Amino acid sequence: MAAADRADEPFRLTDIWANQRSRSLVIQIITLIVLLLAVSWIVNNTIRNLSDLGVETGYGFLWDPASYDINQHLIDYSSRSTHARAALVGFLNTALVAVTGVAFATVLGFIAGVLRLSPNWLIAKLMTVYVEATRNVPLLLQILLWYGIVVNALPHPRNAAEPVGGFFLSNRGFYLPRPLWEDGAWLIAAGLLAAVAFAIWFAGHARRVQERTGRIYPVLLVSLCVLVGAPVIAFFLAGSPVSLDWPELKGFNFVGGFAVKPEFFALWFALSLYTGAFIAEIVRGGILSVSHGQTEAAHALGLKPGRTMRLVILPQALRVIVPPLISQYLNLTKNSSLAIAVGYMDLTATIGRISLNQTGRALECMSIVLTVYLMISLLISAFMNWYNRRIRLVER
Amino acid sequence: MKRDLLTIAAAGLVAGAASLAHAATLDDVKAKGFVQCGINTGLPGFAYKDDAGEWQGFDVDYCKALAAAVFGDASKVKYTNLTGATRFEALKSGEVDALSRNTTWTYSRDTDLALTFVGVNYYDGQGFIAKKELGVTSATELGGASICIQTGTTTELNLADFFRTNNMEYEPVPIENNEEARQNYLAGRCDAYTTDRSGLAATRAALENPSDHVILKDVISKEPLGPLVRQGDDEWADIARWTLNALILAEEYGIDSANVDQLAAGGDNPEINRMLGTEGEFGAMLRLDKDWVANVIRGVGNYGEIFDRHIGPDTAIGLDRGLNAQYKDGGILYAPPYR
Repeated sequence: MAAADRADEPFRLTDIWANQRSRSLVIQIITLIVLLLAVSWIVNNTIRNLSDLGVETGYGFLWDPASYDINQHLIDYSSRSTHARAALVGFLNTALVAVTGVAFATVLGFIAGVLRLSPNWLIAKLMTVYVEATRNVPLLLQILLWYGIVVNALPHPRNAAEPVGGFFLSNRGFYLPRPLWEDGAWLIAAGLLAAVAFAIWFAGHARRVQERTGRIYPVLLVSLCVLVGAPVIAFFLAGSPVSLDWPELKGFNFVGGFAVKPEFFALWFALSLYTGAFIAEIVRGGILSVSHGQTEAAHALGLKPGRTMRLVILPQALRVIVPPLISQYLNLTKNSSLAIAVGYMDLTATIGRISLNQTGRALECMSIVLTVYLMISLLISAFMNWYNRRIRLVER
Repeated sequence: MKRDLLTIAAAGLVAGAASLAHAATLDDVKAKGFVQCGINTGLPGFAYKDDAGEWQGFDVDYCKALAAAVFGDASKVKYTNLTGATRFEALKSGEVDALSRNTTWTYSRDTDLALTFVGVNYYDGQGFIAKKELGVTSATELGGASICIQTGTTTELNLADFFRTNNMEYEPVPIENNEEARQNYLAGRCDAYTTDRSGLAATRAALENPSDHVILKDVISKEPLGPLVRQGDDEWADIARWTLNALILAEEYGIDSANVDQLAAGGDNPEINRMLGTEGEFGAMLRLDKDWVANVIRGVGNYGEIFDRHIGPDTAIGLDRGLNAQYKDGGILYAPPYR
């Protein structure tokens, strides 16, 4: 054997090269060293050139007052707040549009994907038109289109439409009454939590009963009743501790209440439509990937089409759907950075645009934006990979 | 998206721009054969495209003056259109040689951003424009309104300060450029638009019924607008500064595009002779031609001619000289002597 022969010969340096494993190891180590040297040279060069130019570097500016106002902020913010707080406000706005966008896009995508496979010709063609139209138009144009529609088609606040008493629709936003939590409101939250716990237990209990005796409990109906009923009962038990802040027209704008601004709406709607079209195609592909024999076998066993789709097709289709679905969620989150085009202050708009321009710290601001987007993307990736691992087929 | 890429690319180019800042910008410009000038994306009166598709305007004429100073030919200039957000990066990175884009001279821009302002070509202030039908006469009545505001400007900061010190709430509607502001303002998304009063006059002039809109009387800040160059090259900054001074001095001494050739032949006024190159070797002090000032005046006229041509009382913009008159005429335009 080669090993026995080599044990008799003295060790030579070229032996490292001869052995494939050690050769590849040496090449990788050399490549890594070269890469690290290149990166450190670039960073060093940048720092040296910046200091030669007299440009200040450093993240200290984050604690200076931002001096600009932001129209939509989920936490307290004023023009005296720091750049760091402005960045946080931007981040929360990005998270808001990403979460709501993902939710709506998924719902839209699944509905459109399943309906595109419908035997009804009109519905299938309508869904085809939707998918093809939104997929092929650049997203920025769609965002600007929806913003233009909302701002130009809706009336001025002084002539605001009132579809239901107390709800106002104008080109400055859709105004709803805002709930004000008073003492005793914690009871409602407690009721909701109890209802959720009960629903989870009941689902497990119903499954066990079904396996033992074959009786099927109406889990969905009961869970919905409890989830809605318990907080309502708690509300009345606590003596109606929630009052509503109604929007009122004062001078130029509506004051009070909760507003869905046209910027947020245009961004959310356009993102959801666009990503929903891609998700529809993924869903359709996933469903088609399940062998038709499964459907036939399910029908042969007497399962209704609704049950077949829910219990046989979709679980198998999900294995094919989930990986591209991850990338679509990531795309949606990253595409939300187009917000500045309509004046929605997300992370890119606050720290990546306004703070950057007012302070002149391009590299620092951009590094913050890039790092945050990278972290969000990695988090979404990790979560969906965990989900994927849980539902995958275990091979023998 | 293009502007984001531009910012990142410009930030990367900052590293390579060190050599540009230390080497003489004048030599680089002469080698290129033209001046690369940063201007607005479109502001009536200050930077606009005429019917032939050429850029004209109050700020554009300064760029032409600079080209005439360096090359003797006012047409040896190329323009880069920059928004409020991208203008400083473009200048710092070396993408443009000078910025003539109605930019306010402030302490932090002069120091923190490592830029050099070479003078003021328009003394302005920030104001508001609102529709007459709103019945607003003063900015202090704008509490609770939606105000269109350009991001990345001093106007944004002044607006926040003004409303905070007056204890008023408002909804800022962020927009990227003047065109977006006009659309949102006309559609009713915002009640008022705030920017420099010269910009307001320009915007109003371009609206369908200018008399339906009123520029409120409040001036809530000082906005000295002027051209700027990168820090680190004093010679280029001197050339830029004295080009502007030459335009102002020419008007003070009565040199205009009509009589510059006749006066360049020599005359009785020693200051005019020095400026137009008949006496002394002043051009060589900046490494320019002897008759560089004469070339500038031939190319674009003097300050008064530029003002009247683009934003004067006879134009659609219709601005008075006001503070921008010569100091002898009641304004504060005062250039150092040419000797």
